[in-house]
Amino acid sequence: MNPTKINLPDHFHKVVDCQWGCPAHTDVPHYIRQIAQGDFTGAYLENRKSNVFPGILGRVCDRPCEPACRRGRLDEEPVAICRLKRVAADNADDIAPLLPPKGEPNGKRIACVGAGTASLTVANDLIPLGYDIVMFEQHDKPGGLMRTNIPSFRLPAEVLDQEIGYIVDRGVDLRLNTPVNSLQSLLDDGFDAIFVGTGAPRGKDINLPGRNESDRIHIGIDWLEQVAFEHTDSIGANVLIIGVGNTAMDCCRTALRLGGKSVKVMARKPRQWFKASAWELEDAEEENVEIIVNHAPKAFVIENGKLVGMRFDELNYDIGDDGQLSAPTIVKEVTIPCDDVILAIGQDNAFPWIEASTGLALNKWDCPEVSETTHQSSLSGVFFGGDSAFGPKNIIWAVEHGHRAAISIHKHCQGQDITDRPERGVNLLSTKMGIHEWSYSNDYDETDRLKMNHVDLTQRFKDIRIEVELGFNAEQTAKEVERCLNCDIQTVFAEKLCIECDACMDVCPTLCLTITHNGDEDDLRGRLRAPAENKDQILYVSDKLPQTGKVMVKDENLCIHCGLCAERCPTGAWDMRKSKVSIPYAVSMES
Amino acid sequence: MSFIKKPKITHPGLPRNAAGLTLRDYEGAMSTLCAGCGHDSISSAIMQAYFELAIEPHRVAKVSGIGCSSKTPTYFLGGAHGFNSVHGRMPSIATGANAANRELQYIGVSGDGDSLSIGLGQFAHAIRRNVNMMYLIENNGVYGLTKGQFSASADRGSKAKKGEANPYSPIDPVLLAISLGCTFVGRGFSGDKEHLVPLIKSAISHSGFALLDIISPCVTFNDHEGSTKSYAHTRAHMRETVHADYTSVHEEIVSHVEPGEFKKIQMHDGSRVGFKRVDENFDPTDRIGAISYIESHRAKGEVVTGLLYLEESTSEMHHVLGSSETAMSELPYEKLNPGAQNLERIQARWR
Repeated sequence: MNPTKINLPDHFHKVVDCQWGCPAHTDVPHYIRQIAQGDFTGAYLENRKSNVFPGILGRVCDRPCEPACRRGRLDEEPVAICRLKRVAADNADDIAPLLPPKGEPNGKRIACVGAGTASLTVANDLIPLGYDIVMFEQHDKPGGLMRTNIPSFRLPAEVLDQEIGYIVDRGVDLRLNTPVNSLQSLLDDGFDAIFVGTGAPRGKDINLPGRNESDRIHIGIDWLEQVAFEHTDSIGANVLIIGVGNTAMDCCRTALRLGGKSVKVMARKPRQWFKASAWELEDAEEENVEIIVNHAPKAFVIENGKLVGMRFDELNYDIGDDGQLSAPTIVKEVTIPCDDVILAIGQDNAFPWIEASTGLALNKWDCPEVSETTHQSSLSGVFFGGDSAFGPKNIIWAVEHGHRAAISIHKHCQGQDITDRPERGVNLLSTKMGIHEWSYSNDYDETDRLKMNHVDLTQRFKDIRIEVELGFNAEQTAKEVERCLNCDIQTVFAEKLCIECDACMDVCPTLCLTITHNGDEDDLRGRLRAPAENKDQILYVSDKLPQTGKVMVKDENLCIHCGLCAERCPTGAWDMRKSKVSIPYAVSMES
Repeated sequence: MSFIKKPKITHPGLPRNAAGLTLRDYEGAMSTLCAGCGHDSISSAIMQAYFELAIEPHRVAKVSGIGCSSKTPTYFLGGAHGFNSVHGRMPSIATGANAANRELQYIGVSGDGDSLSIGLGQFAHAIRRNVNMMYLIENNGVYGLTKGQFSASADRGSKAKKGEANPYSPIDPVLLAISLGCTFVGRGFSGDKEHLVPLIKSAISHSGFALLDIISPCVTFNDHEGSTKSYAHTRAHMRETVHADYTSVHEEIVSHVEPGEFKKIQMHDGSRVGFKRVDENFDPTDRIGAISYIESHRAKGEVVTGLLYLEESTSEMHHVLGSSETAMSELPYEKLNPGAQNLERIQARWR
């Protein structure tokens, strides 16, 4: 293999699995160390730089960082990254004075359609550059699906208000109760750019016998929205939820708080195929929600014009050797009595307000054609982000879309080529403080992942606004931060200094270092000291060593960044250096 | 010296040997030697060898004297028995321990000071008695613990750290051991585990005294230009003669090697040591040839490594003494102690 080019940002970025796995590339180990030092405001700002909504995401993020966490590959639970994010938000000072104010007006006006995650991120990125942002929102409060679809026992309104306030209070022209009904009229208004962040607001319906014979059959996200705006405050005792994604989890737990006594979630497939996050399933089951697998809805049972139950086919699947489900066979038909049914089987995009005459190209699913890098549609100056761009994803993806779109909008308004994207960079700084002393906590901590404390089951149903998760206390925080392996403190090798004493290889607890003759990747992987079968994880290969011409090979997969290789190196060929990947934003293009 | 202990966390895919142990089960305490010390690399090679042989640590006894080298038994096979003895007196302790319990395997770890200066007499007599043990000399040519004075193995003309040359001729433990009748003699290099590990495995399987002289650079006092025991000098002047390849009783003989290229010797326990001759002119079973070969290459400034002499036919200490097949430590008291009456009878024979 050729020597690894560590001056390119991607190598060390990939080693920081959590940051690589995060769509917005939040520098997780860095902010965890800030929390460890009690610098909650610093940790909050580090988060905010990339994910904009640390308090919100610290509660309800999809957490792609956690399955990516290196600790998970060491037969352990990942670091509770999301919970630590909330610790930063819970304990940070008021950061409003620390944010860059609105820049000197540059005379450009940007329309944002919808006041959800993506639009707010665009505004956040463009305000310091002096843009006038006009944000149109159909409801009387901003926040989009964060406010309407996530119940307040998971995400309190105060947290939303605060973090949205950090953006709109810096000079966004927010127009509430102002739905946009025509793209053409917006185009005619002469905005310099238009950003569409209208989400995926249409809940999927189900066409079964009896569907239109009762008003007790609800579309999940519409029902959650009515609850959020307090238009609905009760539900029957027996509730069935159809579907088993995260919306279904929010529906079932909300139903329990509105008077539901027996709430069942009906799933078509076995548990391994559920779409809901594991922790959301756990939380629902803790509240005695019953999850029933292998039931396909067949018909609503209506008696005397009243919904009394629902008929299902109970299914049986075989799981093949390839791990795939076979076509189901019907075991029997069952009827489950209920007072209400909530459908939570997915969402679609809807653009009734985009006229064909505008010339905006739609794809075969009637969604706009949007570039994945620039977020521009077929109309120059019209950008899409969040769920409205590529269908339902999650909040953190919407944030990243907002950042990318802001870069495009800035370039568009400055007359630059929007396809010419700013590049990432990487900076390395030694953490050596003395002989065998580093400026990070390098010892491995065996502590198990800490459990989140919840409000007592007898208390939490009294008011839908009671937040169930209590957040980590000081003791829990102090333990959990030490679980982070500091994957951004990189092992950096200087081959010219190596005398091949093998000390680093011998001391490495996970045997990830090998000095051997060079070869191609598959060959090398077969000759390393410990199995290197995880090909998603890269090898770090040095140039030829001075004495024998062999190479140093490091399998980055299971390095715990303890720094012992550098401590046992007599010549300083290994050093522990903090890597900082610079992620470009619209505002950083100006500095 | 690191402030943290080596974390217990292991690679989840780490292979296990026939005893069900991973390589990490053969570790000892964290080393307190200088970073980069050759001795640490030898400790690792010992762990690797015992892991590959699937010998449980509790079946092994580690004995040592005084010196940097003699500290190392703490750093490997933490589950083994051990005795850290007086300077240069490890061979006596090893002889006594082996006499009392022949069931254990013995590793003697010593250095050039411990074996070739203060302990030279003890060293010679352990060879003469053919004590069944593996005896390692971790040879760096200096007294590291006392700040780097030349030891008895330093080559004439080799430079000390401050520049002065050594005026004395060296004692070569390999030549000394062969001339004393040692039945297994090899030389390795701490910076070349690929060859060191099979050498150690072969030495462990040898019945009788097995000497391994291992060049082990002292990174602090003897790894500079002008030193003949540095990493760079050893790599440049190393001449491998015979590559030992150890085959246990249970393993198939390696078949990819051309016949004739490999010479196999049946070891006492039924295992085999194969020799791949790197140099056609060398035969490790020819004692006189070995001595003259080593001498002639030493004259050229070369360090001859590999398995240098092996004689598997002689009897180890217990065979010579005709001692009990059962370890003395296992014998009941009545059998160990002949009693006053028997002693009286024996003594009467000489009156």
